[in-house]
Amino acid sequence: MKSTTPSPLTFQELILRLQTFWAERGCVLQQPYDVEVGAGTMAPETFLRVLGPQACKVAYVQPSRRPADGRYGENPNRLFKHMQLQVILKPPPENVQELYLESLGAIGIDLRQHDIKFEEDNWEAPTLSAWGVGWQVMLDGLEITQFTYFQQCGGVDLFPISAELTYGLERIAAFLQDVDSIYEIIWARDPDSGRVVKYGDVRLADELQFSVYNFELADVDKAWKHFELCEMECKELLERYGELKESQDSHPVPPKDGGTREGHPPSIKDKLRFPLLGAYDLCLKCSHLFNILDARGAISVTERVGVIARVRALAVGIAKAWVDQQNAQTKGGSEQTEPVAQKKTQPRKETLSPVS
Amino acid sequence: MPDFLLEIGCEEIPARMIGAAAQELRERVVALLTRERLGGGEVASFETPRRLAVLASGIAGAQHDVTEQITGPSANVAYKDGQPTPAAHAFARKAGVEVAQLETISTPKGEYLAARVTRRGRTAAEILAEFLPKEIAALYWPKNMYWRKTNERFVRPVRWLVAMLDGEAVPLEFDGIQAGNQSRGHRILTDMAVSIPRAAGSAYVDALRNAKVLGRAEREHQIRKALDAASRTIAGARWREDKLLLDTVVNLTEFPSVVLGGFDPQFLMLPEEILVTVMRDHQKYFAIEDEHGKLLPHFLAVLNTDSDPQGLIRHGNERVLRARFNDARFFWETDQKKSLLERLDSLKQVTFQKDLGSYYEKTQRVQRLCSWLNEQLKQRGITVRPGVVHKAACLSKTDLTTELVKEFPELQGVVGGLYARVQQLDKGLPEATRLSIADAIYDHYKPESTDDAVPRSIEGAVLSLGDKADTIAGMFALGLVPSGSKDPFALRRQANAVVKVIAEKKLPLRLSELMRDARTGYQKSPATSKFVDERKYAESNATFFRERLEFYLRDVCGYAYDVVKAALGADADDVGDALARAQALKQVLHMPEFQAIGAACKRMRNILRQADEKGIARAANFEALPDSAPEEKDLIAYLHKSGAKVEEHRNRKEYLQALQLLATAREPVDKFFDKVMVMVEDQRVRANRLALLQTLLKEFSTIADFSEIVTEGKAA
Repeated sequence: MKSTTPSPLTFQELILRLQTFWAERGCVLQQPYDVEVGAGTMAPETFLRVLGPQACKVAYVQPSRRPADGRYGENPNRLFKHMQLQVILKPPPENVQELYLESLGAIGIDLRQHDIKFEEDNWEAPTLSAWGVGWQVMLDGLEITQFTYFQQCGGVDLFPISAELTYGLERIAAFLQDVDSIYEIIWARDPDSGRVVKYGDVRLADELQFSVYNFELADVDKAWKHFELCEMECKELLERYGELKESQDSHPVPPKDGGTREGHPPSIKDKLRFPLLGAYDLCLKCSHLFNILDARGAISVTERVGVIARVRALAVGIAKAWVDQQNAQTKGGSEQTEPVAQKKTQPRKETLSPVS
Repeated sequence: MPDFLLEIGCEEIPARMIGAAAQELRERVVALLTRERLGGGEVASFETPRRLAVLASGIAGAQHDVTEQITGPSANVAYKDGQPTPAAHAFARKAGVEVAQLETISTPKGEYLAARVTRRGRTAAEILAEFLPKEIAALYWPKNMYWRKTNERFVRPVRWLVAMLDGEAVPLEFDGIQAGNQSRGHRILTDMAVSIPRAAGSAYVDALRNAKVLGRAEREHQIRKALDAASRTIAGARWREDKLLLDTVVNLTEFPSVVLGGFDPQFLMLPEEILVTVMRDHQKYFAIEDEHGKLLPHFLAVLNTDSDPQGLIRHGNERVLRARFNDARFFWETDQKKSLLERLDSLKQVTFQKDLGSYYEKTQRVQRLCSWLNEQLKQRGITVRPGVVHKAACLSKTDLTTELVKEFPELQGVVGGLYARVQQLDKGLPEATRLSIADAIYDHYKPESTDDAVPRSIEGAVLSLGDKADTIAGMFALGLVPSGSKDPFALRRQANAVVKVIAEKKLPLRLSELMRDARTGYQKSPATSKFVDERKYAESNATFFRERLEFYLRDVCGYAYDVVKAALGADADDVGDALARAQALKQVLHMPEFQAIGAACKRMRNILRQADEKGIARAANFEALPDSAPEEKDLIAYLHKSGAKVEEHRNRKEYLQALQLLATAREPVDKFFDKVMVMVEDQRVRANRLALLQTLLKEFSTIADFSEIVTEGKAA
């Protein structure tokens, strides 16, 4: 064993240590998002949290599905679904790089014994109309983390900005345990019997079966239908929010059909309870369906650009609406009287758990 | 004369940007010191991934006081009856002196009031604190960011600032950071802040060296030495020199060292190009070769730390490389399951350009264009094996569908060539033919820059030309002409390559014909509905290629500006011919004869133009008339005598001989212009003389536009 600690961390210990480290530094530990995403960035805890003025510190593991990257479990380095540990620090503290390096110490990496470099790597996600600048963090020639200062998300300029740390958990675990195949990573070790469960035991079937599904059996026509249904519903929701927004901006307007609760003029409350998070889930589904269609080879190159643009239009629409909703919340708080102000916290409880 | 130090401490600056930024910061400090009259001795820069610093020795501690004379109101207005008026008081107040101190001076406009004002020089500290933040903010970055305020931008967050005059901190602030004398050492090797004792260069450099931070030159030296030392541990081995890679690793480290690693020799069954690309481009490792230049199963990694006592770093890097090589081998083997020929159809799914269709269609056009090129070359006595070109063109783009190219896009073409070498392309194809096809595919993106070699074989050259001409033709036909810094399809680079291939392979091809035929290839494409008309196409192409040829002659061949202008003034379509003429011109241009001939050419051109404007006809041919002047007869005789010989040389492209012969025309030409009037009343004589000039001018200007020389010289 060529690691710096006598007994290298198991996969689950690695996650626990990193989570503990960031929890001790004020992060809310979220649980993985339960809609398919291609990266931790797409989970609402990142995509929506980085928008708007509210400070936030959050960390979570995000299983990330990339259908085209599947290799039927045969390639020791590539996965259909890999796990990222995602940390969002908004705004980034001045010592964010030092904090990050400290976190490596927490997982048993003695930096004095290793070579660490921050090499330029600017992140860009065309489907989310998002970008940032940063580095890939290289440890003895291995890329272990993406470190990004977000600048724009959903086409919206961010302020304050967020730092996003994305740890590649499988890579780090394979490094710590010095194994050449992801499937050989020890996921857990029974403290009593010492029996080990490996990554392959937990996930190999997953990799094989989803490779078969994504490359061979996913029904292209149905996937297109799903895509179109999700897209349509998402667009409809955005349109309805848009109507709310308009009626909000101008003075008393007769309630539009279906635009607000029947019989009531639109109010800030209507806006705050509007399910933009539901719309975002639909957008995520579109993105994942696009990835499946892409893996199936069902999207020609000419179509590709167009479909990406469709998903991006949804993401951008949601980001703009979300910012508007956040602003309404702040505005609502200052304008409204006590009882309403109390209710103001309601929608947030329904949507995202509060953040320190 | 204090020393000044500025250090901007930053999170890791991208390696590719450090050099230019350090130089710009130095220039900005020099300009500021000069502008503010604080200039002194040497100004040096010092840069690492985490800092840009400038060290200016012996600058002025303060500006000198400056005494100026300010002119005020006229004396008439300023004094009434010898008493100062309110105007005089106001002026004195403005100038900050007593009325009694005002003087009266004489100016061309009369007597005026004046005040002598001494402006006190400001201290260097004041000036630097005021202006340096603006200079820092103005640094150019190819990509920057904001982190604190949206209008504060820098390449990465600034974390500390050092600004000192000798031992004193300069009260400077940038992006919320207050400058002091505290710098920082190496991230891992020291964790302490570093106090800079004095601004002097040596004190700064020593303090940082103690904190395991070295300057650029020292890092490069240390890396080279370590690479040499590590290579020497393997008998007969040397590391492969690679300037770009060295630059990158110098800019990724503050205190570099090197580890030697190894890989399983069985990976050497993979082509060297792939192994080297993985090592160099993906892992930033130096490759090691034996005395014959053959790759050895080792690599050198440059670290940003001082040592690897437990061998963990070596072990980790070997692990990563093994995974990468395993991947490459996996892709190589997977790709072999489908031959290049079988991949041809999949190119229908790969877009070349949204209006211009797929790579499949491009392949068909390039095949056609290459056949035309073969025919052209054959007619001019150059043998090309049409079968080789045809097959190579057919397969040239198929590697775009391979896993290996998807993983290493920079290896397109190379991968196709490597695969063609190991695959059976057609039944019964002789081995030698197959290898020639493979080479042509391998080389067909070449030359990728002006330093890159052209394809090895004529077939590779034809394919390279066909591929690039097709791309340029499609884009130009769509009106997508590069302008300024906008050249998303790198058409300039491709056109440079076209010129270079034609020049260095000595191909007798005309650019306009090549581009006309390349456009013909699009005839059946639906894209033609979006095409510009043929005249506009030909014009924009001619201008574009003329610039590329000019660039080639000047920047690649090193010809002087006027030689290039003169040579291209005659013709810019035949690359080889332009080269030969430039070569000859360079040797004769300094001769006084040509300065004179240049002047004469200008004169002839003017006369002919004026005649045209006035609608004055010229004779179809000139001849010696009974009433021709003697100088005219001499010139005609000269033309009869030498014209044919010049023509002969020209046809054989013996331009130097042709020019030397033309030089002898100076005397009869000069005499003619001295004595003979062209625009005379006698219509017949005039028309005859005009015809003579026309012939003469044509004689000269088929080799060069000599009037271009005169504008630069002194003979005009």
